[in-house]
Amino acid sequence: MSVLGMTRTTIGNLLSRPSTRRYPTKVKEPHRTPKSRGRIQIDIETCIFCSACAKRCPTDAIIVSKPDKVWEIDRLRCCTCNACVEVCPKKCLDMDFRYTLPTVTKDKDIFKQAPRPPKPPESAAPEVPAPPG
Amino acid sequence: MGTRTVIPFGPQHPALPEPIHLDLVLEDERVVEAIPKIGFVHRGFEKLVEKMDFNELVYVADRICGICAFIHSMAYCQAVEAVMNVEVPPRAVFLRTVWSELARLQSHLLWLGFMADVMGFESLFMQSFRLREKIVDILEEMTGGRIILGVCRVGGVRRDVANDTLAGIVGRVKDLAKDMRRLADVFLQDDSVKHRMVGVGVLTREQAADLGCVGPVMRASGISRDTRTLGYAGYGFVDFSPVVETAGDSYARCAVRIRELFQSVGLIEQAAGKVPAGEVSVKVSGYPDGEYHSRCEQPRGEVIHYVKGDGTRYLQRYRVRTPTFANIPALVKMLQGCELADVPILVLTIDPCISCTER
Repeated sequence: MSVLGMTRTTIGNLLSRPSTRRYPTKVKEPHRTPKSRGRIQIDIETCIFCSACAKRCPTDAIIVSKPDKVWEIDRLRCCTCNACVEVCPKKCLDMDFRYTLPTVTKDKDIFKQAPRPPKPPESAAPEVPAPPG
Repeated sequence: MGTRTVIPFGPQHPALPEPIHLDLVLEDERVVEAIPKIGFVHRGFEKLVEKMDFNELVYVADRICGICAFIHSMAYCQAVEAVMNVEVPPRAVFLRTVWSELARLQSHLLWLGFMADVMGFESLFMQSFRLREKIVDILEEMTGGRIILGVCRVGGVRRDVANDTLAGIVGRVKDLAKDMRRLADVFLQDDSVKHRMVGVGVLTREQAADLGCVGPVMRASGISRDTRTLGYAGYGFVDFSPVVETAGDSYARCAVRIRELFQSVGLIEQAAGKVPAGEVSVKVSGYPDGEYHSRCEQPRGEVIHYVKGDGTRYLQRYRVRTPTFANIPALVKMLQGCELADVPILVLTIDPCISCTER
């Protein structure tokens, strides 16, 4: 009887656990795959502010300021295409599998490199005694 | 002759996932004429060729549609590669084939879910989406994206898949095919489903040919034409023949899509078995100079990407002809003479993708 074609599936579903979860109390863990594209992360201390990521970005979401040592990203413009991660020469950009959480403001995420202590002055080369003779 | 009434249908309607407007001229409960109107989600995408170079435009082509995204980017890349005489590595070609068939699977399962939803068969809708979720998870594991894969580039693909992962994924898709068979039996044999679809919106073979239909709408009317038989990407190396039904009604269109699900599973198995070792992309230098029409088979039918470059990094012209645009005249023809209650089903049987159509 073809009217009851769905019955087997329905009974199976009654006896098994639901495929869905009770959302507000049980939030889905992000589908953890090494390739998942969630959001861009930066290790600002290794960044050299070369602007390669900003030039490659198709949505102009990244702004880099070398004099101020500031790296900005507009998460709402970013399309998580991974182009900046592929082009980064220092590999300081990374793709996180977690998605950006919803926001109510259009703020940019701003990363500023802490000023580094000035390099110690190069010590004078040790005087090499002139070879005898 | 009864009094004629005009009822607006859409752009916002519970049965429609996307905005299309129809003015339905009714006599009593019967539709006499339907006047379509589109343009609610126009995004001016073809103007973007002035601002984005040909490499960046791949990301835009990926986002033309929210369901069949991958095949759009593949068609665009094939067009630019043909203009620039780039030879794509065979591994990339076969990976593209696997991904476009996985994209077809998730798109058809989405359509089956919507169709069940429109008929009021909610539990069937849930079952379709449960299966689709597993396909989307597989796509995320392979590419990092769920629907908008973002893996195509001019000259190949951006992500490689390990061979053992590929073999595991073929096994999982074949397991899913058993669940799909149970779902398909309900769609094809259940009396309540058949009652809503058999004999509704018949499109004869001549009408389908005259109105220039594409894809499953055309194949359900008995015309055996499938762009994949041209042999683009890896389709020249796999064995398949177009799925054809002859009745031309909504049930036949549903049957074509269901049979294409199992065809896709077979194609994934064949293509994954033939993925050779090697590089997945080649470096592309220079700028496109020339023009090309790229044709691909989407879940909804044939899509055409026209690319014209003039030797600079910005393309001169880029135009997309989407399958839904070709199927709207057939929809208008099918709606003439149908019952008002059948309008949502008929609109859905062409599998409308309005975002594609308006770009």
